Formats: sequence, C-alpha cells, structure tokens
Amino acid sequence: MTDAPYDLAPGDVSIFGKMGRMAASGVGIYTIGLVLAVILTATSFWVANTSLLWAHGVPMGLVVLAIAQMGVHLVFFLHITTAPDNTNNVLALAFGVLIVFLVVIGSVWIMTDLNTNLMPSAELMNMHMQH
Amino acid sequence: MNVAVAVYDLKQDALAPASEAGPAPKRVVVGFGFWVFLLSDIVMFSALFAAYAVLVHATAGGPAGPQLFNQVIVAIETACLLASSYTCGMMSLAVIAQRRHDTYLFALITFVLGAAFVGLEVREFADMIARGATPQRSAFLSAYFTLVGCHGLHVAAGLIWLAVMMAQVAIKGFRPAVDRRLLCFALFWHALDIIWVWLFTAVYLMGVQP
Repeated sequence: MTDAPYDLAPGDVSIFGKMGRMAASGVGIYTIGLVLAVILTATSFWVANTSLLWAHGVPMGLVVLAIAQMGVHLVFFLHITTAPDNTNNVLALAFGVLIVFLVVIGSVWIMTDLNTNLMPSAELMNMHMQH
Repeated sequence: MNVAVAVYDLKQDALAPASEAGPAPKRVVVGFGFWVFLLSDIVMFSALFAAYAVLVHATAGGPAGPQLFNQVIVAIETACLLASSYTCGMMSLAVIAQRRHDTYLFALITFVLGAAFVGLEVREFADMIARGATPQRSAFLSAYFTLVGCHGLHVAAGLIWLAVMMAQVAIKGFRPAVDRRLLCFALFWHALDIIWVWLFTAVYLMGVQP
C-alpha cells in the first residue's frame, strides 16, 4: 500500500516538506516549470511572427504550443499527477476539459455551418458582418 | 465463521484501502472543492472564448486585431504573469516552511508583478478606447473586451485577495485555516496563468495572423 492513504489537494506543496528538504526539491520543480513555460511562450511568439513557416500551419502550431504549456503549468505549478492520490483531481480536470471542448468546438462548428449555409446575399452580408 | 472474520481482519490490516481510512483531511477537501470551482470558472471562460471565436471577423467596418494589438505589450504582460506565477509558487513553499519573511517577500513580488500586468492592460484598453475602438464599436470589440476584461478582473480580484491574505498572516499567523486559504489563492493564481496562455495564443498571436 502507498504511504499516502489520503487524496492529495491540487497545488499542495506540503509534499515537498516531508523530508525537510523542501527548499531543494520544491524550488527545483517550480524552476523547471518556469524554464519550460518561458521556452514554450518564446516559441509561440516566434512562430506567430516568423515568415519561415507555412502560414496556414501556424494557428495549429500555436494551439499545440498552448496545450503543451497548459500541461507544463498543470504538472509543475498545480502539481497534478497521475498518482492514485490525485485521481479525484484528474477526473474533475478531465470533465472540465470535456465541457470546454464541447462549448468551444460546438459553438465554432455550428456558427461556421450557419454562416456557410444560411448566409444572405453578399451586399446584405456586408451590412452585418465584415469578413 | 471465526476463521472468515480473522482472514477478513488480516486482509484489512494488510491493505487498509483509502475508502476505509476515514474522511479526508480538511486541507484536501478544501483544495478539491476550490479545484472544482476553478474548473467551472474555466468553463465560463470557454464560453467567452467561443463567443470571441465566433465574432472575431464581425468588425462592422471598424478596426480589426492587426491594427489594434501591440505584441510587445502582450509579451511584457505575459512575462509579468508568468514570473508572478513562479514567485507565487515560492510563496507557497515559504508558507509550508512557515517562514514569515520569505512569505511577505514573495507575496510582495507577486503583487507587484500582478499589478504591473493589470496596469499594462488598463493602459492598453485606454489606448484602444482613445482610438475609437470601444466595446460598442463592433461585435468583435464587445467580445474582445468581455473576454480579456474578465481575465483582467480576475487578476485584480486576486491582487485584493493576496493583500487580504498577507494581513491575515500578519495578524493570525500560519494557522491551518490561513494555510488553506493560501493554498486556494495559489491555485487561483496558477489557473489565471493557464487562462492567459490561451488568451495570448487565441486572441493576440492568432489575431495578428493575416
């Protein structure tokens, strides 16, 4: 059995304090997270401004970088792990992500569909929306 | 029958499943509850993101993203928020170690960085409004100000919360209730940074794409 029969609160740093070596391990984890986040952020800004990459692939690349950075924040700042003591936190997160995907992808999908299928003539459209 | 009971007891001693360990400590319950609140907050933001994504081209002949967004300011804002997330983590470590002066120091740095972020954003908004890009101008600008302004309001509320927490540490000391509130504050602050990652990606970086 594990030495932690209880669940762990998300973001709880008291796990680092167990051995009295809090300073070393805790600071190290936050620093790794900061370095990774800075690298990913800098890459995002570079990708958005460079002309070296295929322009149509840039938005998808930015989304991938944002997902990666979200992962870095979750693991290194919020200390969400796959350990058994984190099951509740991970399940709540999974449900939240599911709803977020439904809301965002569903809205964009439906509205794009309506725009393509129900769009009035071009002149009328210009009065409402400028594309 | 006695044998069966004995075997059962033995098994329980060996395994001691988490479900039979009694109620979870208050720190875990509070942290999990706040985590669920944060996720619902993120779901609310996802609705604002969806509205922005739908309305981003509805500029009604007014200014669009590339004319309005200044990437240098956004980069500075991002740096402020990311650095403040790091110092907030350092503050959490100082709280666990019950080091009062480190807690104050890192809370102060976190507060200054967060205030710099809010200040830059207010200046950005004021600049846009001065140029006629008000929320009333187009559906795109309504969605933009709602989405980015809502995040800015969260950060401003976080700053007030941080100031209140430091007053509590000064007056009440590191008692369990104060520690739990500081845990919740750290969660809130890191979650705001995650939302900002999506904001600068979806609004500012994709907004300046041709």
